[in-house]
Amino acid sequence: MAGRTLYDKLWDSHLVTQRDDGSALIYIDRHLLHEVTSPQAFEGLSLAGRTPWRLAANLATVDHNVPTKNQSAGVSAIEDPTSRLQVQTLDENCDAFNVTQFKMGDPRAGIVHVIGPEQGATLPGMTVVCGDSHTATHGAFAALAHGIGTSEVEHVLATQCLVAKKMKNMRVTVMGPLGFGVTAKDVILGIIGQIGTAGGTGCAIEFAGEGIQSLSMEGRMTVCNMAIEAGARVGLVAVDSKTIDYVKGRPYSPRGTDWEKAVEAWTDLVSDSDAQFDQEVVIDGSVIEPQVSWGTNPEMVTGVSGHVPDPDVIGDPIRRGAIERALTYMGLKANQPIESIRLDRVFIGSCTNSRIEDLREAAEVVDGKRVADSVIQAMVVPGSGLVKEQAEEEGLDVVFREAGFEWRDPGCSMCLAMNADRLGPGEHCASTSNRNFEGRQGAGGRTHLVSPAMAAAAAIAGHFVDVRDWL
Amino acid sequence: MQQFVKETGLVVPLDRSNVDTDQIIPKQYLKSIKRSGFGVNLFDDWRYMEPGEPGMDHTARPLNPDFVLNDPRYAGASILLARDNFGCGSSREHAPWAILEYGFKAVIAPSYADIFFNNSFKNGLLPVILAESEVDALFALATGDHPVEITIDLQSQTVVGPNGFDASFDIDPFRKTCLLEGLDEIGLSLKDANVIRAYEAERAIDAPWLFRD
Repeated sequence: MAGRTLYDKLWDSHLVTQRDDGSALIYIDRHLLHEVTSPQAFEGLSLAGRTPWRLAANLATVDHNVPTKNQSAGVSAIEDPTSRLQVQTLDENCDAFNVTQFKMGDPRAGIVHVIGPEQGATLPGMTVVCGDSHTATHGAFAALAHGIGTSEVEHVLATQCLVAKKMKNMRVTVMGPLGFGVTAKDVILGIIGQIGTAGGTGCAIEFAGEGIQSLSMEGRMTVCNMAIEAGARVGLVAVDSKTIDYVKGRPYSPRGTDWEKAVEAWTDLVSDSDAQFDQEVVIDGSVIEPQVSWGTNPEMVTGVSGHVPDPDVIGDPIRRGAIERALTYMGLKANQPIESIRLDRVFIGSCTNSRIEDLREAAEVVDGKRVADSVIQAMVVPGSGLVKEQAEEEGLDVVFREAGFEWRDPGCSMCLAMNADRLGPGEHCASTSNRNFEGRQGAGGRTHLVSPAMAAAAAIAGHFVDVRDWL
Repeated sequence: MQQFVKETGLVVPLDRSNVDTDQIIPKQYLKSIKRSGFGVNLFDDWRYMEPGEPGMDHTARPLNPDFVLNDPRYAGASILLARDNFGCGSSREHAPWAILEYGFKAVIAPSYADIFFNNSFKNGLLPVILAESEVDALFALATGDHPVEITIDLQSQTVVGPNGFDASFDIDPFRKTCLLEGLDEIGLSLKDANVIRAYEAERAIDAPWLFRD
């Protein structure tokens, strides 16, 4: 039998039934829920008189709408009535259906893609879904994880399965050691810059090679998180000792003989050496430099030593038009050096970069320095209550505060500005989030995607700088 | 689910690639806990002159005359034409909800982002994939002085328009059946309840840690 990819193995072990028409039912081990994409699903479930198929597979939290100030005051203190109603609705639905939920203010609450791994609710070999495209994050644990829509949230609640069609296998190999001061965020932005926002459409991307293996689990989560920005719903990294070490001893992780049996099973969660991929991309990791996005989608990115592109030299009229529109929106000039872009705000947070390692990386850069006077606001939003506690134990909050950063409560925050944290029109933001779409961080806001270290350095300098010069 | 069998209607040419779901329906409108009310905010940032918020009287907001949806020639259109990677970005199903509620029954583009594509079928919105050259030809037709009507026939998997435009498209047979009949997918899956239970029983032997409730 021909070798199987990691994705093939995960698919095979979750295939419930293959239908004659080419569709399949696949089993879902873990279903994560949050307040934005679930209310209509719970409503549908109720209207049809259905109940959750397997309650214990579900875990819910509030993240998108929650304020990042004074969360201990509770849901009733959320100022925006529509946000408050959405958070209350999740609370009510979870209570009514008996779904386990980490409510606002619970230290275990936080961004859904941070808390899943943190709790051990995401395990190698699982299928993990959530009504959120950044569910790809969990693939860092060799779990088959992807975002779904609200109809599918309802389908998973009702049946513990999804109607699915097998994706294609794609492998992105990052060769060689990464350069000094180059982070997981730079790697994934560099990959997206090369393969484009639709480069992985229809595929499950396995990230492989020394450049990936050398990353911590936090780093691998950052890479898989943004697989969706390359068009792939699924990102994957094979299991190794770092995966096992990370998972061990977490609240939802298996224990005792279960643990031993699980570890034995997980060691097979790698692509066979003779496995065939439908698409292969090989990238030289040693040439990736710290990345900065200049445009309005994540493929519009370049190295910090680079320049904003000149649309006049682009032959393809559709691409030229897209760049022209992006430069107009972003208020940038053709050929402008990246380092000349000045920042109004800095946001360190989001499901891409709000874990303890990200905060350490940023704190190391800002330690003993001050945020530039020209920067209106620099904020750090930890990914969960537990990340926040850990950072405070390490004194990172003091480092950030003394440098002039705001130290906030956990949530999605300014990544998508569903709460009060947002950009004003025309403002430039160095952001560790994942999407630089028009208006994403606030109407008219201008997002530049960067790593935590690059965001931290930009906050201090007031414009983009090559953080490697500071390390 | 809403059926889709055949649609004849005006085509609106939205000449952009990588149209993301943040543009289709901006996040401030995702705070709703309902399935309806999104049509008036479809492409909100492009469609109106000033930023909008939930609860506003959107009918009173000044429209952006340069945005193609506001061009009176395309009033009442039911087919949206766009460039590649349409619907990229977030998984929000509010995107197809907004497109449908505005009055579109189908989208035509050379390619779509996976989650948007999937979500569309769950709601009876048909995302048609045509070749770049065919999409180019439709743009040429639709951007002329006189708006054009085309017909999308799901049964025959064809798109027919003026000037001899005639194209066919592929579609997954399961999705085609669901759309043609407006099937309840959950109900269909629950017919396999015994198969799902049998899978669980077997899986619990190999991976018991997944089933410790």
